[in-house]
Amino acid sequence: MYDQYLARRYRTTVRPRVEDYKIKDNVAIVGIGQTEFSKNSGRSECQMACEAIKAAVEDAGLNIEDIDGLVKYAMDYTDEMHIVSALGIPDLNYFGECGWGGGASCATILHAATAIASGAANYVVCYRAMNERSGARYGRAPGVEQIMIAPNDHYGYLMPFGLATPPSWVAMFATRYMYEFGATVEQLGWVSVVCREYACMNPKAMFYGRPITLQDYMESRMIVEPLRLYDCCLDTDGAVAVILTSAERAKALKQRPAYILGATQGIATQGEMMTSYYRPMISILPESWYAGQELWRVTGLSPKDVDVAQLYDAFTPLIPMQLEEYGFCGVGEGVAFCEGGDRIRLGGEIPCNTSGGHLSEAYIHGMNLIAEAVRQIRGTSTAQVEDAEISLVTGGLGVPTSAVLLRR
Amino acid sequence: MVMEYNPGIQLLRPRVDFDNQGYWDGIKQHKLIFQKCKYCGLLIHRPRPMCPRCNSMDMEWVPSMGKGTVYSWVNFVYANAAYPGIKVPYLVVVVEMLDGVRIVSNMYDVPPDEIYVGMPVEVVFDDIADDLTLPKFKRREV
Repeated sequence: MYDQYLARRYRTTVRPRVEDYKIKDNVAIVGIGQTEFSKNSGRSECQMACEAIKAAVEDAGLNIEDIDGLVKYAMDYTDEMHIVSALGIPDLNYFGECGWGGGASCATILHAATAIASGAANYVVCYRAMNERSGARYGRAPGVEQIMIAPNDHYGYLMPFGLATPPSWVAMFATRYMYEFGATVEQLGWVSVVCREYACMNPKAMFYGRPITLQDYMESRMIVEPLRLYDCCLDTDGAVAVILTSAERAKALKQRPAYILGATQGIATQGEMMTSYYRPMISILPESWYAGQELWRVTGLSPKDVDVAQLYDAFTPLIPMQLEEYGFCGVGEGVAFCEGGDRIRLGGEIPCNTSGGHLSEAYIHGMNLIAEAVRQIRGTSTAQVEDAEISLVTGGLGVPTSAVLLRR
Repeated sequence: MVMEYNPGIQLLRPRVDFDNQGYWDGIKQHKLIFQKCKYCGLLIHRPRPMCPRCNSMDMEWVPSMGKGTVYSWVNFVYANAAYPGIKVPYLVVVVEMLDGVRIVSNMYDVPPDEIYVGMPVEVVFDDIADDLTLPKFKRREV
C-alpha cells in the first residue's frame, strides 16, 4: 500500500546549490510582539496589527522609522497601506503577501529573509492580525446567505455534499490514517492533553489555568466524527508580529538574535486546500514532507539535531502526521509516538508546541508558533527547553506549507 | 433517504466552467463520467484542461462502472461545524471507484453508525432541485 509513498524522492537535482543558499546564518528574527489573546478584542484588526508591530519594534530596540519591509498573509484583512499610514512608517520599499491560509506563516519569514539576504530591505516585519473569534470563524461554513455557488472549482466537488468546514476536511484524513495505521482516538487525545499542560504554564494562553485529563478529552463533544471538541484549535482575536534583519545588524540590537538556518515552502502535486483526497495516499502530508526535505537540505541538519518544535496544530492528528513527515519518526508511527505524551513533553525526545500551540494558547494562524520558537532560542519560554539551540516551526498544512529552522 | 435538508437554506451549487462542464452535464443526465486522456489513457478526476502525465489536451469523457468502496468517511455531528442546509448527523464519504479514481459524495441509504472503510457502494443520482443533481452512493451487495 505504501510503495508509491515510500518511492517518492526529493528532486535535489532541480534545486539550487546549497552553497548558494544566502539565507542561512545571514538573517535573524530580532523582535517579537503580540496583543493579548481573547474571544473579543473590541477593536479593529488594523489596530491590533499596529499594536503587535509596535511591540515587536520596541522589543528589538528599533524605531518605527527603521521598518522598510512588510510581509502579510493573503488571508489577512488588513493591508500595507493602512498599516503604513497608521504606524507612521515614512515609506516602504519591500512588501508582499503569502497565500494558502496558515500555510503562509513560515512563508512570510522566507519572503522577508529573502529580501534581507538579497539586499532588497533592511528591517522587514511579518504579522498576522485577526478577529477570528468575534468575527467570521473559520470553523463555520462560508456565508450561505450570500454565496450560492461554490467559491471555486474544487469546492464544487465538496460543498454541495456538505463537506464545508475545516474540521471535516481534516477528519477525512484522520479516518483513513486511523484505518491504515491502527491508531485510536485515545492515542490522539494525548496531543491535546500535553498542549493543555503547556498552556497551563503560559499565563498569556487562552487556556491558562484550565488543565484537562484524557478522560475530559474523551468526554468532550463530538464535532465531526472522528474529531472531538478538544481535537480542534481555539478561535482567537489577536495579533502577533515579528521583525527580521541581517545577522550583522542583529548584533547591535537588544535581544539575543534567533538566526535563521533555513526557511522553506512546499507544494505537492494533486493538492487542494485541505482536501487532497485524490492522491495515492491521504494519510500523509506531502507538502510538509517537501518543505521538510528542503529544510534539511539547505541547513545540512536532520530531525535529531532539533531541540524543540512548534508544529502547526489546527487539529490534533496534524501533530503526529508532521512528526512523521519531518522525520522525527517513521510512517504511521506518529500517533504511537504521542501516546502517553512523554516524548513531546519537556525532557522528551522532541518537546512540541511549548506555548500550548493553536490547541491551547491561541490561534493566530501560525504566527504565535513562530514567536514561541523565537522565545525558545532566547531562553524566555514559559516551558523552556534547557539550552535549546535549534528550534523548528512549521506552517499550516493540508495546504501549500512552509517551515523555518532557527538557531541560537 | 437518509439525508434531510433544512428548508430555506440552499445547498451550494457546483461551479461549472469550461473544464468541468462535461462532468456536471453528465451528472444532470444521471451518468457518472470521468475525463480520460485520449493520448496516454490516464483517467482523471477532478477534470482539468491538460493531462498531468503527458500534457496532452486531447481528452474524452468515458462512463464509470459506477461501483467502488468507501475509502474514508466523516460524520457531521455538531451543527455549527456542518453545512447549515443539511440536518445533522450526515455522512460524507470519499469513494474509491473501481475505475481507479476517487470522488467525494454522501451515503444515500447508510446511517452513520453503519459506515466503515471498505464498504462496497454504487452510485445513485439524487435530484435535489431543478438545477441540482448530485451523485450519491448506496450500499452494494457483493
